Amino acid sequence: MLEVEEQDKFGDHLFASGHTACPGCGQSLAARLVLRAAGRNVIVVNSTGCLEVFSSKYPESAWEVPWLHSLFENTAAVAAGIEAALKINGQLDKVRVIAQGGDGSTADIGLGAISGMFERGHDVLYICYDNEAYMNTGIQRSGLTPYYARTTTSPPGRVSMGNWRPKKDVPQIAVAHEIPYVATASVGYHLDLDRKIRRALSIRGPKYMQIHVPCPLGWGSDPAHTIDIARLAVNTGLYPLYEVEEGETKVQKIPRKVPVEEYLKLQTRFRHLFGKNGGKKELEEIQRIADRNIEKYGLIGK
Amino acid sequence: MKITLGTVTHPGGSRVNKTGSWRTAGKPHFLHQRCIACDLCALSCPEGCIFGTGQKTYYANEDYCKGCGICANVCPVEDIEMVSEEDEHG
Repeated sequence: MLEVEEQDKFGDHLFASGHTACPGCGQSLAARLVLRAAGRNVIVVNSTGCLEVFSSKYPESAWEVPWLHSLFENTAAVAAGIEAALKINGQLDKVRVIAQGGDGSTADIGLGAISGMFERGHDVLYICYDNEAYMNTGIQRSGLTPYYARTTTSPPGRVSMGNWRPKKDVPQIAVAHEIPYVATASVGYHLDLDRKIRRALSIRGPKYMQIHVPCPLGWGSDPAHTIDIARLAVNTGLYPLYEVEEGETKVQKIPRKVPVEEYLKLQTRFRHLFGKNGGKKELEEIQRIADRNIEKYGLIGK
Repeated sequence: MKITLGTVTHPGGSRVNKTGSWRTAGKPHFLHQRCIACDLCALSCPEGCIFGTGQKTYYANEDYCKGCGICANVCPVEDIEMVSEEDEHG
């Protein structure tokens, strides 16, 4: 039988070691921090993706809470069904329901089911782990891939500088559903992430959270730099951290504006922007996106 | 012969999978000199294999450490360094 490891002494390790994520994986860290904040009394519904695959390699499972995987597209619908069953049994006061998936299943494949879950008002927290491409199937671009990133389906070359479509603003799509709580978080700021999960789970009704998680394999970054890169994305203004509660937006300010190059040059998915064939125009455009975010959310100043 | 119905897995059963064998570059060495017990290394470890209960008590469970180096990188007082395992056993 399984030996009891020292993890159990600490009580906050509901996502066990021995999962098969790559070294330096931001998503596995975020999943652990989410469960640490959420505690034992949760039912987790997972969509298809990296997180599902590396945490449930048969016959093993890294989860120490009830955990379900159904399909790529119906995570929110399955979670809604579980919530409805808990409600009719009068157990919704004791157990919280979390639905989670990657950016592909959230922004592209499962968006319809998520919208339906929001619209019907189910008491579910939906978490999107945003690593900005379909990493599990081999780094194809998704609706959340940022401008000019290299993926296997948006390769830079003579006629292209990488992904040429904007990153879909899913948090604002969630806000448009007028749900009680929407937040963005980053794996680089664990205290902020912890607080937002606890806040979200204290609120009744549909909630949406999007967590930025660097992927060393897909982004071509050093595994040791996962946290640094996540923090740089926030401090450049490319990934604004904010929460919208009952229509009111609160932002996490950044101390000073960091040029986007500092974030981009650590990742080989943006290497073509620094090559001898140029990329100056594209870099300026990415800087404009960051500047627009800083202005739109008021990231700098009091 | 006993047949198990369905695909039965146990909670936390992934712990039988000792991912420490994945390490290629090196492993963290906790110097225990300047540690301020901020817990950042433990909270930043994707494997959840760093433990400690106070200043200068932190260590990594090498059965699971994949050697990514995040802990050494986030330590604010530079009390963790990555060391080659070949040097140690060499």
